[in-house]
Amino acid sequence: MTVPAAPDPHQQPAARDPGLQPERTRLAWRRTTLASTVVAVLAAKTTLQGGPTAARVVLSAVCCALWLGFLAVAHHRIRTLATAEGGRPAALTPRHATAAALCTVALAACAAALVS
Amino acid sequence: MIELVRNVRVWFAPERVREDGGTPDYRFSLANERTFLAWLRTALALIGGGFAVDQFLPDLRWGWRVGLALALLAAGVLCSLRAVNHWVRCERAMRRGEDLPVSRFPALLGVVVAIVAVAMVVIVLAGWEG
Repeated sequence: MTVPAAPDPHQQPAARDPGLQPERTRLAWRRTTLASTVVAVLAAKTTLQGGPTAARVVLSAVCCALWLGFLAVAHHRIRTLATAEGGRPAALTPRHATAAALCTVALAACAAALVS
Repeated sequence: MIELVRNVRVWFAPERVREDGGTPDYRFSLANERTFLAWLRTALALIGGGFAVDQFLPDLRWGWRVGLALALLAAGVLCSLRAVNHWVRCERAMRRGEDLPVSRFPALLGVVVAIVAVAMVVIVLAGWEG
């Protein structure tokens, strides 16, 4: 009688990557989120200093929403990196990369509307 | 140009990247991702620079101030779009086992930043005298 080979639950965990690549990538996402925070704060400062008209307040709110969007992308990616099986996370998907880049582009568009 | 259109299509259709070649070592993909993020930070820094010009050079004439700010913001837009495009190209090259794409964008960006920096020095000096 043959017993189907069940996966051994006590398998040796995958060797930790000595280059700490997932950790470095996580910190890179953190740094980038921090940079977008600076941009959002500068947008708020510009709005307050130039006299908060309705249009400027809306633009500033859009900047905050874009910052939240970026935060969501970063959070999703960091979770993927942290929970990857065997410490081998899947590559970033083009959809997330595009979302992050488009958030940046939209921030620049709001900035252009705010400063001019 | 056709290559660019094809790349833009890949941005929105992730499964198209997986059609090509084999999955590279995850460490290479993560390194590519970090490079993408570094370019995104560069773009965000340029956008922050645009805000800074507007905020911290209030004595400048309106035209110069807005012109410099818009130049920096446009550089930020270009930088972030190029970041995602270059990431897609590198990812595809790694899957196909080709050489990584070369780019003259870093050199161009360097020259543009140098020009903006010199322009800012000249404008600030002229602004203070006038």
